[in-house]
Amino acid sequence: MLDHTTSEITPRKALRVNPAKTCQPIGAMYAALGINRCLPHSHGSQGCCSYHRSHLTRHYKEPVMASTSSFTEGASVFGGSPNLRQSLKTIFQTYDPDVVAVHPTCLSETIGDDIPTIVKKASEDGIVPRGKWVIHASPPSYAGSHVTGFSNMVKGMVDYFTNKGEKKVKGQINILPGYVEPPDMRKLKSMVAEMGLTPVGFPDTSDVLDTPKTGHYEMYPPGGTKGEKLLTTGASEYTMAMGHFSSKDPAAHLELKGGVPFTLSDTPIGVQATDRFYQGIMEATGAEIPKAQLDDRGRLVDMMTDYQHYLYGKKVALWGDPDQVISLAEFMSDMGMQPVCIITGTPGKIFEKRLKAILEGKALMPVIAQKQDLFYLHQVIKKQPVDLLVGNTYGKYIARAEDTPFVRFGFPILDRAGHSYFPSVGYKGGIHLLTSIVNTLLDRQDRDAPDERFELVL
Amino acid sequence: MSDLKSCPTVEPDEFVDKTLKNYPPKVAKKRRAHMLVRQESEENQNINANARSVPGIITQRGCCYAGCKGVVIGPYGDMVHITHGPIGCGFYSWLTRRNLFKPGEDGKNYSTYCFSTDMEEHDIIFGGEKKLKQAIYEAYETFKPNAISVHATCPIGLIGDDVQAVAREAEAELGVKVLAFNCEGYKGVSQSAGHHIANNKLFSEVVGTCDQPIEGYSVNILGEYNIGGDAWEIERILKKCGIRVGAPFSGDGKFEEMTSAHMASLNLVMCYRSINYLADMMETRFGIPWAKVNFIGVSAMSKSLRKIARFFEDPELTSKVEQVIQEEEERVYKELAPYKERLQGKTAMLFVGGSRAHHYQDLLKDLGLTPVAAGYEFAHRDDYEGSQIVSDIKLDADSRNIEELKVTPHPEKYRPRLSPEKQKQLEEEKVLKHYHGMIPDMPSGTLVIDDISHAELERLILDLRPDIVLSGIKDKYVIEKFGIPSKQIHNYDYSGPFSGYEGAINFAREIDMMIHNPAWKFMASPFEKKPLLTAELGVDK
Ligand code: SF4
Ligand code: SF4
Repeated sequence: MLDHTTSEITPRKALRVNPAKTCQPIGAMYAALGINRCLPHSHGSQGCCSYHRSHLTRHYKEPVMASTSSFTEGASVFGGSPNLRQSLKTIFQTYDPDVVAVHPTCLSETIGDDIPTIVKKASEDGIVPRGKWVIHASPPSYAGSHVTGFSNMVKGMVDYFTNKGEKKVKGQINILPGYVEPPDMRKLKSMVAEMGLTPVGFPDTSDVLDTPKTGHYEMYPPGGTKGEKLLTTGASEYTMAMGHFSSKDPAAHLELKGGVPFTLSDTPIGVQATDRFYQGIMEATGAEIPKAQLDDRGRLVDMMTDYQHYLYGKKVALWGDPDQVISLAEFMSDMGMQPVCIITGTPGKIFEKRLKAILEGKALMPVIAQKQDLFYLHQVIKKQPVDLLVGNTYGKYIARAEDTPFVRFGFPILDRAGHSYFPSVGYKGGIHLLTSIVNTLLDRQDRDAPDERFELVL
Repeated sequence: MSDLKSCPTVEPDEFVDKTLKNYPPKVAKKRRAHMLVRQESEENQNINANARSVPGIITQRGCCYAGCKGVVIGPYGDMVHITHGPIGCGFYSWLTRRNLFKPGEDGKNYSTYCFSTDMEEHDIIFGGEKKLKQAIYEAYETFKPNAISVHATCPIGLIGDDVQAVAREAEAELGVKVLAFNCEGYKGVSQSAGHHIANNKLFSEVVGTCDQPIEGYSVNILGEYNIGGDAWEIERILKKCGIRVGAPFSGDGKFEEMTSAHMASLNLVMCYRSINYLADMMETRFGIPWAKVNFIGVSAMSKSLRKIARFFEDPELTSKVEQVIQEEEERVYKELAPYKERLQGKTAMLFVGGSRAHHYQDLLKDLGLTPVAAGYEFAHRDDYEGSQIVSDIKLDADSRNIEELKVTPHPEKYRPRLSPEKQKQLEEEKVLKHYHGMIPDMPSGTLVIDDISHAELERLILDLRPDIVLSGIKDKYVIEKFGIPSKQIHNYDYSGPFSGYEGAINFAREIDMMIHNPAWKFMASPFEKKPLLTAELGVDK
């Protein structure tokens, strides 16, 4: 397994091996699925759209609908305007969405198609029916990563929906969950609602990518933030934005456009990040944290000490999307675990800065790297072996090569169940996450124990 | 009254009209040409195929790069395949196709790695040739593969990187074969263009560059990609018959084997769509004939073995083949019997690929299922109507952009395998150089739909309510939300093999499980007043 990966790290300037990120449009598509009755539209050749839909489908085991401008060679030379116009015509007549969310692929971005102008013209020509929205995000697919694409699409939502100078609605707050799973989005909304506030969460992929099986198929499931709701985002008193990489830009844009102040917090994974999430909201709104949440917090801390023998001092390698990985690393070091190598494929120096600040003084400083890949991570841990790997499915090859326990976390997870049903945010999410960490370590301990050390109680 | 198999209340022509009603008129007209209702009494029914998908229609199709890197070249596991472009294209084609690979004696295996130049804004603006060259060097230094391939993605074509020149230079300097493919995603209208581009390069730069003799009754297998281990089951059976596989194109393939592929006696073509170009070119240049085979399905497998025996016309081989067929069939039919009993009379639809929607009909029929509607995702007219119509197909602008190589017999290496008389006879018997296509195998009243859209698929399911749909990942969960099982036959739902005799049993077990899983019945909760599906569909089931 991965026999050609050696521990000697030779510098690479041009070759990416086993990436720990992917391209912008899949993030844009994922975000767009979090709008009610929205069809994401990929403006470019049809391969990208097919790849993005397939990969999201593999991760969620759910229908993922999106359309494409199906560029051919001609469109690549002469521009994609006719293709986008034809697409909008076909889409509205055939599929009747309320919103079409357009994102360019690398190709149309390189050509330089001016999407807003094309869409404006299409609206003037009656191609976009009245009362329907066509929004767009401008991700140059070759800058940043899927996380950037997500952020850009959310920013696009603000661009098209948020109104200026709205009269504030008391207790209404915007929740920008960042690039997290549908159960996380559902959980974050309910955490805020439990505080007696009215959350407008967007995007919201719950009830879109985790729909029940009833024998009925709905192309547009009931979930997703409704257009009418998005129109009120400027009337919110405050925005809670989670994750520097996935939510900062849209939150800042919302402030600028709608005059809504925001707090940027880390993705609330683990005790401290969840504490900060509540603190932020409490400070801004005066609302209180519910008793039930304090109990959950206590249960999480209880668990962190109950199982300390299996956690404390354990060396870990982590990789994935920066917002989650930052909080996860903090959570782990809060239990006395020792991150040895933390990487993300997404570029952004803030990743290293934030992690250094969090881990400062707590333990040995791990190898921290942005814009890196799994080949590099594997090389690092060949020299500094770890007890646990935490990251997306692609790590399974490393786990096998190094015979290391492995907890799947992040995007994408292509080979295990659960990520689309159980949240990892909030105190409850921490309990869930910690359960899989502890159980994975214990399964390994049992597997490796000689008969005489194979014990009933652990 | 319709003779559409599954559903006596649906008039096929009416069905087609109803489906088209949802489209803008021009789109409806275009799509009409991609649908037909099969009439066995009509000879030569035509269908349009390999044409552009309508923008916005929600097609199943992918791109040229996917056809080249993903389908044909990717399976060579002892090569390093570098995707030249931004990260996504390479990322998504990393380990997602299930073309399983076992390394050879040299232990070289890069099949679990993903290599990309990860082009970023700066590289797009200033050009990526330098970065590509550097990447090839780094790949060679670190991994020492048996060969390297480079695949250009959409933006690369646009910024005009000369990937061929970079590959030539690197090859000369490093002394390792570097194959560059201009398979930018916008070329052609689907994956199909990428197959052609891949075929051209393998033919012009790899096949015939070494002359290692291949002993015995030797065949190459073209268009078999070892999804879920299919190639291994086929190899097992061929070996048992005493037939030797020279080079596989390309499932479980090693670079080296390809170089002497022209020394084999016969080319067997599985997926005609993705590899007929290579078969044709090899015949012209080296005199190696080709036969279309189908190793999916018990009777299809046996029929294909008999074709091979007919070609070699050696009594010893023929009797060995007959013995193997008898042995295997006896065992397999016994194992299939209980499944067949439960599956008899069930209906299926197949919408996938460029050959599987046809190949799997043989296997379904073995199990007693009836195909009621089928179509390909990226096939051409000959895949539907038969290889005899190739010369009638008019090339449109999209196809003309894909280079057709001019091939002539090789001055030294051309070696006809058969006397002209026997060649002619076998062609007349349709043993050689012939693929009859999907349409002739479809019974009257069934539907054939090319490049099906989401809207059409939805309509079909609602109106025809098949018992199972064979399709791909993007459709699977849509279909299953309707309460109808969907078997992925691109990736086999992560199991397999489904080829040959063993494969038939695996497939039967899974189809039976999917149709009869008791969990489906819980879709209707006991708390709902309205009965689930019947009201809406009016289908008497
Ligand atoms: S071309 Fe760009 S958008 Fe398309 S898959 Fe590749 S990286 Fe992603
Ligand atoms: S960018 Fe082009 S080559 Fe890459 S996936 Fe998209 S269509 Fe295919």
